[in-house]
Amino acid sequence: MGEVIVVTSGKGGVGKTTTTANIGTGLAKLNKKVVLIDTDIGLRNLDVVMGLENRIVYNLVDVIEGNCKVKQAMIKDKRYDTLFLLPAAQTKDKTSVTPEQMKELADELKKEYDYVIMDCPAGIEQGFKNAIAGADRALVVTTPEVSAVRDADRIIGLLEANLIEKTHLVVNRLRPDMVKRGDMMSADDVIDILAVDLIGVVPDDESIVVATNNGEPLAGDNSLAGQAYMNICHRIIGENVPFLDLDSKKGLISTLAGVFKKK
Amino acid sequence: MKLSDIFKRKSSSDVAKDRLKLVLVSDRSSCSPEIMERIKNDIIEVLSKYVEVDASGLDIKITQMDTENGSDKSVPALYANIPIKNMHHGAEIK
Repeated sequence: MGEVIVVTSGKGGVGKTTTTANIGTGLAKLNKKVVLIDTDIGLRNLDVVMGLENRIVYNLVDVIEGNCKVKQAMIKDKRYDTLFLLPAAQTKDKTSVTPEQMKELADELKKEYDYVIMDCPAGIEQGFKNAIAGADRALVVTTPEVSAVRDADRIIGLLEANLIEKTHLVVNRLRPDMVKRGDMMSADDVIDILAVDLIGVVPDDESIVVATNNGEPLAGDNSLAGQAYMNICHRIIGENVPFLDLDSKKGLISTLAGVFKKK
Repeated sequence: MKLSDIFKRKSSSDVAKDRLKLVLVSDRSSCSPEIMERIKNDIIEVLSKYVEVDASGLDIKITQMDTENGSDKSVPALYANIPIKNMHHGAEIK
């Protein structure tokens, strides 16, 4: 029996979709069978981040409404045979599906897949309720900013209220140089405030932008962000890996090394 | 502002932390200031039937408290500090 993970944040633009794409890619790299579900109906984006936007025939709402079989709507990843995407509908809205329907779908999919990962829309309304309905665990993504941390706190409260007990925090877009200067909260500061367990710290990394431009998630490559995402995947499958040393100097050098290796 | 504050300027990340901690206390209580005010007034009204309450010194707030059954979940708790000016013994209940 697989596990259903919801990637959520409350605030928009903190990196839910990027995190979903990279964790899916990383878990597939670890030979897990993974399906990513874009639950952001009306504002789908996971397809472009994955580079699969040209292959969409059916979507989540088609599956729920019974217009097609689940298998028909699944899009296989370009690079990994065990990675699939179930895209959101673009012309419908969040009320097209109910939490009960989403739970039913998640329960069905986790029989066949090791991981079912829900990319949750921003906000705490219907879309959020749909995304968390069938979840066994949650990854809360935040950046080290007051607005994102505040929303993360609200989300953690709502997850608790919905009896999702395994909740972990991803601190995204951290800038070690700014933390050193005292101009950005550290990951420790954030977990101190939110009182949840940390599962990964992802540095602010230009290679994320490049990877999104190309539609190829970078989990597992030489970039710092790629390594950070891969480490999160190892922790998801239960391995104990030390946290990356995000010291700014080292960061710059290994980022450069990553660029040269690529070429 | 203390003199020492001028020399030891707080870093902006410390400011962020402090502000967040404060805002989260009221967020987590899920209780708006208006409702708190109404609770406060009702408490004063009820207690005033029996004792003389110092309304200006009354302080109520909602905080987080660990549950007693040992789980690490915390629950909201109402904290009230109500100074009593005078007990009117034998006051008639209206």
